[in-house]
Amino acid sequence: MSEWVFIAVGVMLLVAGLLALYRIIRGPSILDRMIASDMLLTTIICALGAEMVYNGHTRSLPAMLVLASTAFLGSVVVARYVSRRTNS
Amino acid sequence: MILDSILDILTGLFLLLGGFLSVAAGVGLLRFPDAIARLHATTKPQILGLAFVLLAIALQERQLSTILLLIFLLIFQMITAPVSAHMIARAGYRGGIIAPQSLLVDELEQAIDAAPEFDDSDDATPSDDNGESSAPPTSVPNAHNPLGNDEGTQLDG
Repeated sequence: MSEWVFIAVGVMLLVAGLLALYRIIRGPSILDRMIASDMLLTTIICALGAEMVYNGHTRSLPAMLVLASTAFLGSVVVARYVSRRTNS
Repeated sequence: MILDSILDILTGLFLLLGGFLSVAAGVGLLRFPDAIARLHATTKPQILGLAFVLLAIALQERQLSTILLLIFLLIFQMITAPVSAHMIARAGYRGGIIAPQSLLVDELEQAIDAAPEFDDSDDATPSDDNGESSAPPTSVPNAHNPLGNDEGTQLDG
């Protein structure tokens, strides 16, 4: 497979991660930050998968499995304690 | 071999689709004005983008154990991603972070308004304010009151 596909995928995932990081830093409420951190985790999972396709191994699959099954815990815990006073 | 080249092309196509969904969600996260709209944008690649990347892995590593683990991974993500999205949207609605002016249609409020009437209709007295059936009409509106608990909010699950 040609190289430019992986370069394009890497650039797109990098841009997505940077945009999520921008929203984490500048998010007006804590919910925006949690939404952006969820998306950052999904981007990390996709990047792990793309790296496995590029290098042709399957060693990162347990890490992807753990991330996919526990990524929701952070936003659930934060969403449970959100009140109106956190709207800064 | 011709089959390997076709599978390589499909793998690259699926990877590009996954990356495109991720970057589209990033642009939506940057540009959309509200928390609900950003949630709408970012929940798309959590299932579909990841499914494209997992399809690319499955096409590249054609082994039964790997494909079973990928199916497991996709099922885990399909279970857990809607949980976090619903919890965030619910906390935003009940905590007052989502502005009511930004909602065109608020079907949840109509459902909340309709919920105590539905429970009163069980008691065969529709216009009973606070009669002898005290427990269901007092517990149900508190459980569904979105903005009544204004400070020290205990968002009971």
